[in-house]
Amino acid sequence: MGVERSGGVEWLTTTVDAFANWARKNSLWPMPFGTACCGIEFMAALASRHDLARFGAEAIRFSPRQSDLLVVAGRIPIKMMPVLTRIYEQMPEPKWIIAMGACACSGGVFDTYSVIQGIDNFLPVDVYIPGCPPRPEAFLDGVIKVQKLIKRDSLGHYKPPVEETTT
Amino acid sequence: MLPKDQLAVVLKEKFPESFLEITDFRDMLTIHIRGEQALDLLRTLKTDPRFAFNFLADITAVDHLEIGGPARFAVVYHLLNQHEVQRIVVRAWVDEEQPSLPSAYPLWKTADWQEREVYDLFGIEFTGHPNLRRIMTPDDFRYHPLRKDYPLQGRGERDNFPVVKRRIGSKWQEAKSVE
Repeated sequence: MGVERSGGVEWLTTTVDAFANWARKNSLWPMPFGTACCGIEFMAALASRHDLARFGAEAIRFSPRQSDLLVVAGRIPIKMMPVLTRIYEQMPEPKWIIAMGACACSGGVFDTYSVIQGIDNFLPVDVYIPGCPPRPEAFLDGVIKVQKLIKRDSLGHYKPPVEETTT
Repeated sequence: MLPKDQLAVVLKEKFPESFLEITDFRDMLTIHIRGEQALDLLRTLKTDPRFAFNFLADITAVDHLEIGGPARFAVVYHLLNQHEVQRIVVRAWVDEEQPSLPSAYPLWKTADWQEREVYDLFGIEFTGHPNLRRIMTPDDFRYHPLRKDYPLQGRGERDNFPVVKRRIGSKWQEAKSVE
């Protein structure tokens, strides 16, 4: 983006991609899926001390149809995985996923029949945040990494999904 | 409540075939009984004024596959007498093949969900239970996971979930690594 002056008015020249990405990355609407202690840290990241609003992601939506960033914070059991998949599929494109904490990333210490060993087995995760639970600073770092991903995205590359998935 | 020795005599008289023994651990008495007459024993403990255990605090089960015991499963009832504040444990031993017990639901309504839990995780059927469905694992789950012969990491229950792919043609595939 660049600022130009002509005719006594200031102009902003940019590309459509850069403008759309700028708007998207600074207005993420997270959908929290907090099932464990990571959800508490997520709430702490929203509160005044860490203040997720500084990164434009303070509009928490509990409806997946109004959000574009799925934050999976906590362990996902086999009974919850179809629910999570349904929620992800309801989110409008473009959408991103943060796997927050050891359990969402890899199952953590719960190496049992009932816990999903990392949600990336079934969902396309963009950013993994390690920690048990991660500090709010780590979550903010994850949000910034998502923003960096969005910055490299392009409208021109967008195509609607071809494969139909079933739940 | 009766002391341990007297209690053993009374129960031996009342349930000669199925009464096994009474054990004592840190002042907590445990009555061991064969499963067929467990409901009769529970009814006695509830209605007999010498016992008057009016509250069923918990039902759980133990798989004695590797520990050994009179039978494979022990269904454990924790009873509480709220007037005298006394507790007692009943262990009903159930055999491995077609494990089943009479339901305690007619005595205590709280047995409903607790027996469903034992059924779900151990596969012990409670005859006479009004609604014996799985309560924790998914409805189409095929095993009883707290049995000791069930592997800890399961038998591939997670393998058949749908895998959602990233949208096609995204630039993210190229830009996967964030500096």
